[in-house]
Amino acid sequence: MQLPPALHSRLVGAPGAAEPLPVERDPAAGAPPFHFAARRVRFPRDHEFFEDGDVQRHLYLQDVLTQVTGAPERPRVPEFTCQVAGCCQVFDSLEDYEHHYHTLHRNVCSFCRRAFPSVHLLDIHILEWHDSLFQILSERQDMYQCLVEGCTEKFKTSKDRKDHLVRRHLYPADFRFDKPKKSRGPATPVATVRVSAEALGADGEQSGGDGMEVCSEHAAPLPEPVGERWIYSHRIPSTICFGQGASRGFKSTKKRKEHQ
Amino acid sequence: MWSGRQGRLRPVGCVVEELRCRRREREAALRKARREQQLVSKRLLRDDVLEEVEGGCVAKILGEAEIQQFLRLAQRGTEEKERERALVSLRRGLQHPETQQTFIWLEGSIRTLVGLLTSSQALLQLEAARCLHELSHSEQSAVAEACLPATSYLLTYLSGHSSDFIELCLYTLGNLIVESEAVRRQLLPQGIVPALAACIQSPHLTVLEALGYALSQLLQAKEAPEMIIPSVLGSILPQHILRLLQPGPKLNLGVAVEFAWCLHYIICSQVNNALLIYHGGLSTLGLLLLDMAAAVQRTEDAGLELLACPVLRCLSNLLTEAAVEVGGGPNQLDDERVVAALFILLQFFLQKQPSLLPEGLWLLNNLTANSSSFCTSLLSMDLIEPLLQLLPVSNVVSVLVLTVLCNVAEKGPAYCQHLWPGPLLPCLMGMLASSDTEGVGQSLELLQLLFLYRPEVSFGPGTPVLRPLVSPWPLSFPSYLQSLLWAWQAYVDSRSEIPASCWEGTLLNRGGLTCKAVGIKCWVTGTQVLSPFLSCPQAVEAFLQQSGLQVLEKHQEEAQLQDRVHALQKTALHR
Repeated sequence: MQLPPALHSRLVGAPGAAEPLPVERDPAAGAPPFHFAARRVRFPRDHEFFEDGDVQRHLYLQDVLTQVTGAPERPRVPEFTCQVAGCCQVFDSLEDYEHHYHTLHRNVCSFCRRAFPSVHLLDIHILEWHDSLFQILSERQDMYQCLVEGCTEKFKTSKDRKDHLVRRHLYPADFRFDKPKKSRGPATPVATVRVSAEALGADGEQSGGDGMEVCSEHAAPLPEPVGERWIYSHRIPSTICFGQGASRGFKSTKKRKEHQ
Repeated sequence: MWSGRQGRLRPVGCVVEELRCRRREREAALRKARREQQLVSKRLLRDDVLEEVEGGCVAKILGEAEIQQFLRLAQRGTEEKERERALVSLRRGLQHPETQQTFIWLEGSIRTLVGLLTSSQALLQLEAARCLHELSHSEQSAVAEACLPATSYLLTYLSGHSSDFIELCLYTLGNLIVESEAVRRQLLPQGIVPALAACIQSPHLTVLEALGYALSQLLQAKEAPEMIIPSVLGSILPQHILRLLQPGPKLNLGVAVEFAWCLHYIICSQVNNALLIYHGGLSTLGLLLLDMAAAVQRTEDAGLELLACPVLRCLSNLLTEAAVEVGGGPNQLDDERVVAALFILLQFFLQKQPSLLPEGLWLLNNLTANSSSFCTSLLSMDLIEPLLQLLPVSNVVSVLVLTVLCNVAEKGPAYCQHLWPGPLLPCLMGMLASSDTEGVGQSLELLQLLFLYRPEVSFGPGTPVLRPLVSPWPLSFPSYLQSLLWAWQAYVDSRSEIPASCWEGTLLNRGGLTCKAVGIKCWVTGTQVLSPFLSCPQAVEAFLQQSGLQVLEKHQEEAQLQDRVHALQKTALHR
């Protein structure tokens, strides 16, 4: 297919169009038995006109066609340690470190050092756990937000919220990022959001994952704070180090059993 | 059940011929799947580098005991590295369908995996997610659907920050989305649309490509027009999709391909295209078209056809919207560079992907149909000849080319002046000889327009005698016959200065019609031919002799032809 050479320069030229030639239609055009009428055509999604293009698209998805972008490079680097105070995890690739950092150090509650998967959940946690105004307000109005982004519902209690999550959003009943905190004393139990991957299910089986808190490698046996009843693990893996900063910021608050 | 679904393909160490053969098989299977409306494909994300590091040896199938052991180790191992290794072994084993089956039927296995997915150990989390990803890619519904308990967590993690992890979650979700409507009925209330919308502002290209993939899978669902697209259009997604399609140094081909397909699924569902036009869809896509043509000129066109296809479709369909019909303003596409770009792409398709020519010509039709400006551009930029060069490609392509030419011709004498006779004449004569009904029909339409607007330049005495046209036409192509004859009638009428007696030189052969004045012969195999010159008494006589009426009777049942047949019959009987 030979294209006029001027076409290529037209492409890089200025936008616009030539003055259109005058249109002069004769009513006899398109009169029966002829039926041509200039018209724009639209095709719906399942039309067979799209078959070829769709097939090519799916071949690409299945990687039969050459992939457009190559896999990103993953260089291995000399070992380095996490720079967050008190965390001594060692890495040899930036991607692993990035994930570690985001999982454990990024959305961390500055009050209780718990780590959350997202800013959204962290904000809800701070509001419900560490904001005294919240406790007061929640007695009068619906303050417990739905956890699903985009849903604006609010509830009187944490339990109501959980029911909503299960019924409306088809969340699992044991959703790990919505465990109510156990009662702190004679006062009305304040159910809150708590991020912790506790025991699997409610049967007290040993947890497959530890609480979403700060480096759980630091199972440092620090004294229990008054009023709390955490159980500490006394296992100290040989790879950890006791940095100078292993103080209040890094208490290991691994909970063994879940209380309702 | 899911006959159209394909498994993973890892063409490692395969011979080229074997690859091509496999590709042909897959292509045939995909076509079949599409016709049955079961076109479903999943994408597998496997880290080649990771495989290398792990030694690259083929993973073996794992039995129940081994799976349980790995799970126990991963869950309760004392050494962190030990736990990771266990999960890695499990993940490699899960590349096998047999291991997958064993795994999902083991009690507590999914629970454990989900527990590991939500652990605080970042690398355990990542490995658990990889295991889930392998499962999600399975052809077996039971295996993929076993991942359902994890979806609320996968969605939660989309709001996180770890790009690799998010990418993995997105591909896993994308695979699960196409699994079944039942899966989507769970994912939608779980908030998948807001979760995806939250990701679209990520600066990471890998995340964006994965997001585009997941979203395209969601939009491709059968129930999408009613259940999914309205909420997608109501979110921030449309503006950002268009942003990611804007040409410039930041445009990434892989990302653009995915979102262009998203846009196509939205637009061709026709839910609310006015919104997309409002957000500047037409101008963005138009500029993208220019950008692609420029890339072709720079021969940086690897994989460009993957992007061109959805972009052409989006533009073509958007042009049919009412919002665009009302002319003027930013809702219009009126830059003739778009036409130039389109032709550069057509040339590119001719070499690389001829199956895309119809789609390109469809856009050209939609551009020229109601636009005197673009029709003028075709003429002023000398694009008629290149267009004609596409005629021989295929029947579909030639019909589209002729349609575009009709778009130009129907605008009147000023346009026909530039078309006729020129190189169009021999091409048209060639077309009339073809066996493709639609092609010939469209040629006749074009001829009629040309005769109408350029009567003085027709088959005059100076016209070279053209080679006889052979048309193996059975009578099952009556509309061709009718159109041909009426075209000649129109021509005869237009030459009113020629006395009827001159037409008597017409010979009516059995099975053929020769018109000496124009030097064209049309043969219709084994049929009686109707005389076009019914105003000429001798012709009518001959018509009757040749049992023309019987021929007419054959077609009088056909709805399309009834009127014309009756008219002819009347004329013949009342001569």
